[in-house]
Amino acid sequence: MRLAGKKKTEVHEGDLTPMIDMTFQLIAFFMVLINFTQSEQDQRVQLPDSSLARPAEKPLDHPIIIHIAEDGEAIYSGQKVPIADLGPHLQKEIYALEFSGDGQESATIVLRAHRHCQAGRVQEVIQKCQEMGFENFALRATENVQSTKYLTQPN
Amino acid sequence: MKIRHSTSSGQDKIELEMTPMIDIVFQLLIFFIMTFKIVSMEGDFNIKMPQASPSTVQQIEPDFPPMSLNLTADQDGMIARIQLNNDPMPSFPDVNRRIIELIGPPTPGSDGEANAEMELKFDFNLRYEYVIGAITAVSGYKDGQGNVIKLIEKIRFNTPESPEE
Repeated sequence: MRLAGKKKTEVHEGDLTPMIDMTFQLIAFFMVLINFTQSEQDQRVQLPDSSLARPAEKPLDHPIIIHIAEDGEAIYSGQKVPIADLGPHLQKEIYALEFSGDGQESATIVLRAHRHCQAGRVQEVIQKCQEMGFENFALRATENVQSTKYLTQPN
Repeated sequence: MKIRHSTSSGQDKIELEMTPMIDIVFQLLIFFIMTFKIVSMEGDFNIKMPQASPSTVQQIEPDFPPMSLNLTADQDGMIARIQLNNDPMPSFPDVNRRIIELIGPPTPGSDGEANAEMELKFDFNLRYEYVIGAITAVSGYKDGQGNVIKLIEKIRFNTPESPEE
């Protein structure tokens, strides 16, 4: 009887092509969906929703973003600022606008207020900005196309 | 001279090193997964509100009588009463319906209802979401196809008194 002699040690190489294909597709998917505009957002602010709030067709020329937290304090550049102390910060924006050859009338104050904050606080911020010469305001809300809670039902 | 073949098949097989590439690709994948966040789209209600200065403001005769929407809040900031031109309204959809009756849909070729004006009065402690609700109710409506028809674009705010003052 003849016994099996030397055993050949075979290296089984797995086919990596499908895995690499799938991985690249996943990377492409996440790259396309990554949203860099999150820098405008703040975790402390939960916006109200509206079915008529539509994203702007073109980006604002000089947006100045002011958040208003639930406790009524303004958030400017990530820092909580009392509404009464917004003046110096807005003055810096005015200097920047003047440097670029524009005025306050070309800027838009984007107000991102928490849905449960006191509406009077939002009005206080608007008044403060008006005192500094700003006149364009954008009240930001989450787009909710399905919601009809504020509108009459279409016939 | 004897030429020696390196392999039995007679061809050198060049194998690409896949490990570094897979390492980097997986790191990229993990980065994108960790930074991925589903965010809902945001939209704006644009309001032009220059500071009141009677000498510079041009008085334009409005096509419609001035309208006012009063929002009264209870102690918790919830909506307690809605009044359109001093008429009580049960809800925002009723306000929306009433404004459609007052103004009507824009006729083709006209510039819409750009000249209609609404003054929004609200209590200081009213929750901001109701102000956005009121702006939604007065600024437009949706037709059967889901198209947005604009109603009032000129919205003014009152100056509510702070309870601290």
